[in-house]
This record gives sequence, structure tokens and C-alpha cells, in this order.
Amino acid sequence: MKRSITLNVNGEGRSVDVEPNETLLEVLRERLGIKSPKIGCERGDCGSCTVLLDGRSVRSCLILAVELDGHEIVTIEGLSKNGLTELQQAFIDNNSFQCGFCAPGIMLAATELLARNPSPTEDEVKEAISGNLCRCTGYEPIVKAVLEVSGKGGGRQNG
Amino acid sequence: MPIAHEFEYAKPETIEEAVGILDKHGSGAQVLAGGTDIVPGLRDGLMKPGLVVDIKGIAGLAGIEHRGNVLRVGALATFTDLIESELVQERVPLLYEMAMTVASVGVRNRATITGNICSAVPSCDSGPVLLVHDASIDVTGPDGKRVIPIAEWFTGPKTTALGSAEIVTSVSLPVPQGDHGAAYVKLGRYRGEDLAQASVAVLALPDNEYRVAFGAVAPTPVCAPGIEKLLRGKVIDDALIDDAKKLVAKETAPIADIRASREYREHMLPIMLERGLRAAAARLGGKGPQYGATLI
Repeated sequence: MKRSITLNVNGEGRSVDVEPNETLLEVLRERLGIKSPKIGCERGDCGSCTVLLDGRSVRSCLILAVELDGHEIVTIEGLSKNGLTELQQAFIDNNSFQCGFCAPGIMLAATELLARNPSPTEDEVKEAISGNLCRCTGYEPIVKAVLEVSGKGGGRQNG
Repeated sequence: MPIAHEFEYAKPETIEEAVGILDKHGSGAQVLAGGTDIVPGLRDGLMKPGLVVDIKGIAGLAGIEHRGNVLRVGALATFTDLIESELVQERVPLLYEMAMTVASVGVRNRATITGNICSAVPSCDSGPVLLVHDASIDVTGPDGKRVIPIAEWFTGPKTTALGSAEIVTSVSLPVPQGDHGAAYVKLGRYRGEDLAQASVAVLALPDNEYRVAFGAVAPTPVCAPGIEKLLRGKVIDDALIDDAKKLVAKETAPIADIRASREYREHMLPIMLERGLRAAAARLGGKGPQYGATLI
């Protein structure tokens, strides 16, 4: 039986009728047209579907949308609503992604890290993104980009 | 791939309401908290409940509190909650060390320690840690409340002593009085989303009292009473550690699976026990690596 839920997605209230077996990932991509969370492993291993739920990075493939009535979701589209964040700019400056499939998830994971720990060490950065798999860059430019904004408040959203 | 199986969804607001729903639907209902095991189970068709009962709306199941020398970890407490809890870091740091090894931040933000022991896979990280701490599981069912000692909780791979209409409300750990040292040694293929190939938890108490438990090397997480008996009352030294390592084969029964061969597990377990014993004994003395450091 469908249920009506209301989500705050990237600062906007969105109401949607969902079946209990629809995941947050499917609802974001197929119902709300937000394509940055990617369909990867669909079992929580790869991190490409990462979104921020009430400020915490989560696997949108492991959450039923019906669980989230009244909650707040931020995707990469919301992060850059008012221009790129320092972290996003650092990703560009360091050539931190090639195919880009992992990039939204990694940037959201790093955004959460910087919000809780504005000056992470290299080990802390690696730990924070250890659940986000990248098959292109070998992680070095990704870690470099996060460290570049470490201590500068780079995780903050603009505006 | 979407979840093909269709089911209904309920979000009760009280434990009584939840237990009533479970009692009515029997094994056709599945309790949901963090969902990190349940959603893959639904997607893979391993679980086909008619009804999913989300317990996140029930007041009183969240939080971690310390009362009367007992640390009570609510059923909705996530691994991130454990990691960020000063109570846990100060009173039961082994829980912190274990939680830091579970999957990755994005999973730990959602997965609960209660869900970990309810899924009861032999490699669950919480099992050995709760065993050495003599935890107990607080449950509520149609006949009221009861307490299940962790030693009686795991009944086989993916099976527990929990009744089909019962709900876990919290996990309670007696907080060691006085100084203690502990260590959780987890062997995995890489940091990140890996399950344990093998794990060892060690708790060192004053007067040379030790507790030891293993994970992923038997049908359930297991205590090691033979090793505990050998160590009792003795100061850890090289000779004693060698004797303890010889007992590992008697206390465990590893198998070969997708993550490791039986032979590799057998080879690594004594080494992991040694690392765990040395780290726990050093921490008891106020030395040793920080909790959360990689021990293997």
C-alpha cells in the first residue's frame, strides 16, 4: 500500500507517494529526478549512493524511503546550490576524479567529516572515505583535495 | 535492482504496540531498525516478510546511559553513537575499538549493535566483545520482559534465542570496576566494508583475570574457557602466551569460506590472540596502543 511521505530534499519540501519496498535511492533518482546518487553495488559496499540524511552520510540503497517521512536529505545538487564549496573546488584543482561515478558520494562523505572534524589528519580522511570505492584515481588526489581544505572550513556549504 | 518482494510497513510508537503486531503476524513480520542487513536481505529475496515493523518511532529505545555500574545501550544506538559516546570511550573502550572496525562511516551511521547481534552472523563484530563483557540482552515480548545472557543468545549461524514476537530493547554491559584493559583484533582483507575473516576480543582485569572470545571461527561467536583458565592468576609473559596459543585450536573450529581458507584462519588466530593479550595487558597497566589503533 502506498504511503505519502514528505522529505526536505536540498532545502525544498517534497511530497511523494511511495511503496514500502522502494529505496531512498530509487525515489531520489526515479521519482524526484535527482541523479547524483549512483546505483553501484546496491548492498552498501561501494558508497556511490551516499547522501546526507539529517547531516550524516548514509547509503541510500539501504534505506526504505517510507522510513524517512519528515527527514532532511542533502545530495551533491544541494551542496552546490549557491556555487561550489571549497571542497568541490579542491576536487577540481587536484583533478580528483576521472569518470566521476564515485565523486558525489566521496564529496558528501568528506563534507560530513569536515563538518565534525574541521582539521582531519590523513589517516582520518582515509578512514572517512574507506567505504567509498573509486576505480580510477587510486585515491591519492582525492585525499589530497580533502587535506587541502582541512582546517579551512571547506566542508561548509556556501550561502 | 529494485526490491521485487512486496510488503506492508508499520511504525508503532510503543513497545506494547510493536509486540502486539509481532504476536499477531508471527514469523511473517520482520523488525527493522538500521536496515543495513534487512534491506539487502529483502533485495536478495532471503527475507520475505508480509510486514516490516520499523521500531525507530518507539521512544526509549535510543541512547546510551550509565546507571548503577551498568552501561545500557539502547536498541536503536548505532555504531556511530558508540564511537561518539564519551561514556563508552571512558567506561567500555573495547566497544569503541570494535565499533571503529565495523564497515564504514556510512554504514555505522545507520547500523545498530542490537541489529548486529540479531542478524547473528558468525563474523559479527559485536559478539566476541559482548561475550568478554558478560553482556545481557533485555527483551520484551507478549509475556513481558526477560533478560537473556549473551552466552545463551547465539544459538547457531543467523539464529538467536529471541522469540518471534519479542523485541530487544537494550544491551546491558556490567562496567568493569577499577582499571581494566581490553583489545579487539579483527582480521580483514582491507579497511572499509569488510566482514571479519577472524576476530579476537580480550578483556584483562586486575589480579590477572582474563576473558577471551573469538568471532568468525565457529558457528557462533565463542568464549574460550580453556584459555581463560590457563591464564587465570598468572602474569602474561612469553612462555604463558605460547601455552595459550597452543589452546586456540581446541577452542575454535574455523571453516573455509569466501573470505579466507580454514588454514589461513588457523594460522592467524594464535597470532591475533598474542597481539590481543599483549595489547590488553599493556592497556591495563596504562600503556599500550591507543584504543582504535590497528592491532594487526
